[in-house]
This record gives sequence, C-alpha cells and structure tokens, in this order.
Amino acid sequence: MAKRKRSAEDFAEEIQSHLELETDALKRQGLSEDAALQKAKSEFGSVSVARERFYLRGRAEWLENLVRDARFAVRQLLKNPGFTATAVLVMALGIGASVAIFAFVDAALIKPLPYESPSRLVNLFESNLTGPRFHLSYLDYLDWKRMNSVFSSMSVYVQNDFMLSTPQGTRQVDGVRVSDGFFRTLGVRPLLGRDFHDGEDLTSASSTVLLTYAEWQNRYGARPDIVGQPVTLNGTAATIIGVLPRDFHFAPAAPGGFFLTIAPGDNCGKQRGCHNFLGVARLKDGVAVAAADAEMKTIAEQLEKKYPDTNRNRGANVISLTDMIVGDVRPILMVLLSGAGLLLLIASVNVASLLLVRTENRKREIALRGALGATPARLMRQFVTEGLVLTTCGSLLGFGGAFTAMQALPRLIPADRIASMPYLQGMGLNARVVGFALIVSAIAGMLFSLAPLLRISFANLRQGLTEGGRNAAGTLWRRFGSNLVVIELATAMVLLVGAGLLGKSFYRLMHVNMGLQPQNLAMMRISGSASRYSTDTAKVNFEHRILGKLQGLPGVTSVALSSDLPVGDGDGLKTIAFAEKPNLGDHNEVNDRQVSTGYFATLQAQMLRGRGFAESDDSSSPRVTIINQTLAKRYFPNESPLGQHIGSDVSKYPLEIVGVVDDIREGPLETATLPAMYMPSNQEPDSAFFVIVRTSQVPQSFLPQMDAAIHQVDPGIATYNAMTMDDHIHDSQSAYFHRSSAWLVGSFAGMALLLGVVGLYGVIAYSVSQRTREIGIRMALGAHRDSIHRMVLREAGRLAIVGIAIGLVFSVGAGSLMRGLLFGVRSWDASVLCAVVGVLAAAALLASYLPARRAASVNPMDALRAE
Amino acid sequence: MTTRKNTGNRIALLQGTLDLLILKTLLLGPCHGQGVASAIQRRSEEVFFVDHGSLYLALQRLEDKEWITAEWGLSENNRRARFYSLMPKGRAQLIEKTSEWQRLTRAMELILGNGTIQNPEEA
Repeated sequence: MAKRKRSAEDFAEEIQSHLELETDALKRQGLSEDAALQKAKSEFGSVSVARERFYLRGRAEWLENLVRDARFAVRQLLKNPGFTATAVLVMALGIGASVAIFAFVDAALIKPLPYESPSRLVNLFESNLTGPRFHLSYLDYLDWKRMNSVFSSMSVYVQNDFMLSTPQGTRQVDGVRVSDGFFRTLGVRPLLGRDFHDGEDLTSASSTVLLTYAEWQNRYGARPDIVGQPVTLNGTAATIIGVLPRDFHFAPAAPGGFFLTIAPGDNCGKQRGCHNFLGVARLKDGVAVAAADAEMKTIAEQLEKKYPDTNRNRGANVISLTDMIVGDVRPILMVLLSGAGLLLLIASVNVASLLLVRTENRKREIALRGALGATPARLMRQFVTEGLVLTTCGSLLGFGGAFTAMQALPRLIPADRIASMPYLQGMGLNARVVGFALIVSAIAGMLFSLAPLLRISFANLRQGLTEGGRNAAGTLWRRFGSNLVVIELATAMVLLVGAGLLGKSFYRLMHVNMGLQPQNLAMMRISGSASRYSTDTAKVNFEHRILGKLQGLPGVTSVALSSDLPVGDGDGLKTIAFAEKPNLGDHNEVNDRQVSTGYFATLQAQMLRGRGFAESDDSSSPRVTIINQTLAKRYFPNESPLGQHIGSDVSKYPLEIVGVVDDIREGPLETATLPAMYMPSNQEPDSAFFVIVRTSQVPQSFLPQMDAAIHQVDPGIATYNAMTMDDHIHDSQSAYFHRSSAWLVGSFAGMALLLGVVGLYGVIAYSVSQRTREIGIRMALGAHRDSIHRMVLREAGRLAIVGIAIGLVFSVGAGSLMRGLLFGVRSWDASVLCAVVGVLAAAALLASYLPARRAASVNPMDALRAE
Repeated sequence: MTTRKNTGNRIALLQGTLDLLILKTLLLGPCHGQGVASAIQRRSEEVFFVDHGSLYLALQRLEDKEWITAEWGLSENNRRARFYSLMPKGRAQLIEKTSEWQRLTRAMELILGNGTIQNPEEA
C-alpha cells in the first residue's frame, strides 16, 4: 500500500466533521443548536492547537519526546539530589582533571613546534669527558658546517642578556645571539620587516635586531612603525629590522626577546678552545638523526686529530630538537596523563555503579511503565536521556574546572621557570583539547546510558513487578565492586600519606630557621657601568650614594647591600686558610659574601660575639671579617675565634675575625648551612650588587619607588630581579619543588579519596538494595534495627579496613621511596599516618552510614511483600 | 483517569492506554473519531474522558503505524466523516496489549484486593 502523506486541510476537515457530529449527538440529548455547538467546541479544546500539533507531528515528535525525556530526566535527577550531585561531581573531577592535563600534554607534546617540519630539526652539541651536552666553538661550527653532508643548513645560537637603554634608565633584557641563517634553518619568517641577510653576522654584528612578538607588544605597544626604529643595547646603537611571528618561541634559548647576530670577530670567535655556541641544523631529506649523529662524530674525530691541543676528547652529539625541548617534561606529563586517565576510569566505574544502584531501586517503576504501554525502545531512550543529562552536567562542570585549572596552573609555576617552557604559553582550548574533551564525554555518556540497560531485561519487564531481581550478574558486580573499592581506598591512602608527608615537609621547610626576618624586605640587583665605576674609590662612592638615596625614602627603616642573597643556590665559595692553623688539610670551602655595614641589622640577624661592621672598616683600616656560627664551631670548637686571622692566601691580606653571627641560610632551605664569612663592602667594593631595604610599607609596592630612586642616582644603572624576600624564599628552587609536589600529590590524593568514598558508598548501597528481601526476613525473624545497622556497617568496615591495611603497607613503601623528597619528616611519620587513617576511616563511615540507615529503616512487611 | 488537563508528564503513559482503547473500539467495526470518543466514554461508564485533540493525533499516529486505516464516508445522519477501521497489525497489537493488561490488572488486584484498607481515623 503506497503511503500518501495526509494534508493538513484534510485533518482540519475531519475536525470540522467531528464538531458537526458532536453537535448532532448533543442535540439528540436535547440541547439547542447553539448550546450544542458551543459545548462541542469547548469539549474539543483548542482546534488550532490540535491542528498545529498535527502539522508538527512528523518533524517535531522526536524533538518533543527528547525535550519531554530530558525534562523528565532532570526531574528524576533532582528528586535524588544526593545521587545527582555525587555523580556529577565525580564525573566533573574525572573529566576536568584529564582534560586539564591533556591540555598540558597537547601544548608540550602534541602541538607541533612552530617551525617548518620540526621533526627534521636537530640540536648539535659538543661532548667532552664531563658530559654529552656542551657548547661548540665558532671555528668548530664552521668546520662542521663545511664538512658535513647530512644537513641542508646549520646555524648556531647562544642565550645572551643585553642592557637596554630606555628613557627610564638602563634595563636588563633577555636576548639571543644567532648566526645569520638561524631563522632560515628553522623555517621561520618574520611577521614584519626582514630576516638577517647572509653574512650579516660578519659584516654588521650587533647593529640589527629582530624582536619577538611579545616584546613588540609589551615594550613597544605594538607600534606599526617598529621596523627601522633605533635601539641602544649594551651602549651600542642598533636598528630594529623585524618582528618574529606571534607563535614563535625557541625554548633552548628562552625567553628570547631581542635577537641579534653573533659577533664572531671577537677574541672567542678566533679560538677553537673557546666554546660558547649551541648548534641547530636541518636534516637533509631521508637522513635519520642517528645517521647524522654518526657522521658528526666522525667529523669531530677528524678535527680532534687535526687540532689535538683544543679538541682532545671533544666529540659531537646530535639529538632531535623536539627531544631537546620537551624531552624533560615528557615522562612527567605521561605519568600525569596516565594518572588522570586512571582517575577518569575509576570515576566512570563509580558513577556507573551508582547508576546501577539507582536502576535496581527503579526496577518496579520501569516494569509499571512498561505494563502501561511504554515500549522498550521508549524506556531505553528514557535511560539514555538520563545518562546523557548526567554526562552533560558533569562534562560542563568538568570543562569549566579544566579551563580554570589551565588558567591557574601556569601561574603556580614561578615566572622564570615558565619562561623556559615557552610552549606552555600556547596552552588553551584548541581544537584538539576540545576534541579530546568531547570524546571523553561521549564515551562517559555512552557508558552511563548503557550501564543501566545491562541490568534491565526489557523482554521480561513484568517480572520486575513480582521478582526480587537477584541474579548472578548482581553478585558478580558486587564482588568486582568490592575489589575495586579496596583498591581505590588503598590508592587514596598511599596518595594521602604522600601528600601528608610532602605537605609536612613543606611546612618544615618554610619554618626552618633562616637566621633572618624575611617580612618587609624589598630587594633588587643593580649593576652600574663597569667603566664608569672602575676604581675602588668610585665603587665605594657609588655604593654610598645608592644606600644614602634609599635610606632617605619614606618608610625605609634600614638599607643594606650584599654580593649575594640569602636562600640562594649556595654558590659563591672560596677556599680558606687560617694564619693560626697551618695544618687544616684540603677542601676548606666557605661561602664568602661582601656586605655593607647595615647588612645584619637589616636582615635582623643575631650577632653572637664581637662586633658588627662599622663605616670605619674601610680601605685605610686593617681588613676584617665576620664569620657565621657554623664556621666558628667547625674551626674554633674550643676557643674564641675573635682576633684570629683568616685568608684565601695566608701571606696576603689576612682578615681579622671581629665577630660571629648566627647562621643565615645562604644556600637552599633544605641543605645545612655551610661555613660562611662576610667582608665589609667598603673593603671589597663592587659596581654590581643586591640592595636590600627593610621598609614599614608593603614591600611589593615599594619596589617601583626603589627602582626610580636608584635611577635618580645614575640613569645608566641596570636594575633587575626586583622582588620581596618572602617571594624570593617562596619561589626558591627548593620551596617551589616541595610546594608543587605537595600540591600535585595532594590534588590527586583528594580526588582519589573522593572516588574511594563514592565507590564504597556505591557498593554498599548496591548491596543493601540487593539484600532488601534478606534484611526484611531478618527483621521479620526478630533482628533488631541496630543489628541490621551494624551488619551493613560491618560490610563497609571490612572493605575499609582491608583497603586501609593494604594502603598502609604500600604507604610505608612509598614513603621510603620518596625519602629523598622529604625534609625534616621521616618516611614513617606516625602523625601523618594516623591522620590519614583517621580521615579515611571517617570518610568510610560517612559513605556507609547512609546505606546502613536505609537498610535499618526497611519495613519488613514491605520488603517481604514487594520483593 | 484521563482529563483534558492531563497533558503533561503522564502523556507517555496515557498514549499506550488510549491506543489500546481505540483499537478495542474499532474491533467492533469501522467508526469515525467522534464515535470512538463517545464509545470510550460510554463504555467506561463515563470514567474516561477522551481529550479530543489527543484522540485525533492518536488516530493519526496509529494510521501512520498502519495499525488502522481511514477513508472518508457518510455518517448515519449523512454527515461527511472520516471512518477508521482496524488493520491486521492493529489486531495483533490489540491481542498482545490486552493480555498484558489483564495480567497487570490481575497482579494489581492480587496485591490490592486482599483485605480492605482501614482508614487510620477508623482504626
């Protein structure tokens, strides 16, 4: 039978005929013509609505059903806010964490580097006896370039800071020196202006400058006439010839900024033994990295034979540029991504188990709806819609979280560290990240839509009305779920212990005695022109003018200068000897610092013995030094160090010890303080040093004033690394490392804990829902509600105890594995272990309390009759 | 059970019911929409009130599924009307759904029917 589509007119005609028939029928019941027509019309309802619905029926029915299903699903989910919130939150966590970490992975590992065919680029090093990654000399570079047959082009680069003259004074800027063909090797063309010409590094070194896009934007306000502008770097006039593309970055010489050509005409360029460049080259088509490496090693051997004086033991090392740039972060990111993936998997299984519990509880509702005429397809669609609504909410929340994390995480990394990872700046919601997020959500959606369907046999819907619904699949699920929960709890335990140990380490680290009061200290490094302040007198004078100027600023309580900052890298060592102790042996290395008179007072360090420095300790008076407590204890354990003499060369300028100061932490926070000695800057002056100001103001907001005041003394002074002591300590390598590892492990631990708790809840609730009938029988036979309560709690407790016990074993193992990361905390820290066990036990109790209460409140009659 | 206000959340549930009632009415012979509506009302002793708009859409839906077929004809009092009649597919559906309903009602009766429910105030 050919199906003809019925017209709307035909439908309208049918309604008209209905009204007539209805009127006739009503008239037969004795109504008047008008009254009958009126009643017929009113009983029909809105004719236009019926016609509209007919008109829309074909196209809109599925949509209408979808909307209706979605609304029903939302209502169903809202009816059980605890379930919905848990499921959405767990899913948001899983999806959020994996998407955020994927964004990092994408930025670092997937997104191609911003060069032409980046996989064909390699980085070149010279190797020596110390290691495989050392610089090339300029002459070696020329020979490598001439002799090789594997590269289509080869260039060199070196990171280099420049002193930029600006109207506000001299500033240190980041830069790179490159050989003429550097950008052509990379396949990068300037966005504005031109590239360096061939041979430009020989003819006009340092007179032309390419800017990075960021530098053009930030320092020059993106002015369109930037090309051709003059710029003064290191006191030399140069011209800006171009701007690099926006996405360009070159991590090996990051952060970049100003690109100048190398200056091979200097002394270093003429000596084969002077190594100061790294090479970058493009492989010829069909040449593998290994083949290039082999050929370059052969060339290095030939050079070694030819120039035995300079090239002894100097080999070649070729590695792919991509490996060089992201090789270090790849394993970390892969571990993080696997962690996030695992988290997502556990989260999904947990949500699926929650859905199963719900399905179990709704079995009779489903059976009833089926009996009332809902087709299996319609019911299935209902469940799929619910799964999709749930997934959509969870995914949206997860994307929001991931997006926030993507913005926030790079800010947790100190600026100089993020500068060495320029590829992370391109991180964000690009097509790949969005695609990944959608795929993850789609899989989750599918899982959550289908999980309930597995537990419902639509062919036997009616059985749901009468049958208890216990079967092998349910038992299997319970067993699987129980094992999963044990693993989840154990994982959470290990991660929580790790986070606790790292957190406690960090706390200990930040509360280590630094020997100084870090609050309200503003600091920056300044560097005066070496030619202008060449004599000691000029340097002392320069120091005094700076100190005097800063002392006069409002809110300044004291001022000092120092050759190094406390809580640094611990470098700045010199070998010492004592006039009075000729037989000390080797390796007597101490930190040496040149500090001004007010240094100890400004830091609020404690003088233990003797005197501090005075202005009278100058070039005309005997040389003096103050030593720290560690030095005093090590070399003068049973005598007074005061009046003893110390020197790097005993015959020359022996310094008299005039005081002992309590240890100031010079090196990293976690390493023991080395012996240290301090010399008055008046006796060993310099034109470059740190200034440290103790102020009654907020030190952060004092820094600009400080900078301006220093440039009033001499606009040619370069100032950099302006920061507060608190930030300096906070951003120091060891604090950063401990903080970030504590945060990282802590966030994973938090998620693992939440998942473990939800998992436990899901399994116990499922078990209770399956055992309703059994519980009913127990109660009918006289079991007390308390004993039912206890029975359920016992089931949960067993899982929790097994999980915690396994977790404890692994925690102690993990703790001793990470011993190297800990500071001031034993890997077997009882307080951390107890706290974690307490947290887990409380969480497990919380997770099992709800299902236990539900079980205890079962009405035995209902349970027996209904099931 | 069915009132004209009830077009909200229980429509999915009603749809099946109404379909079944229509099929049952048509089992007795071809009939137009108004006739189906009044027959359902009459035979349910006025318990069911059929929303006429929904009825015609339901008829259309059954026609689309080829459970029933329709043609224009003349009513007993010579009005032009669209007459619906049962198709084999519809008859099969009717048998299946009816037995389902009977089992359901029997089950409901078994549960609800044994013993009267006392009003708490009377207890």
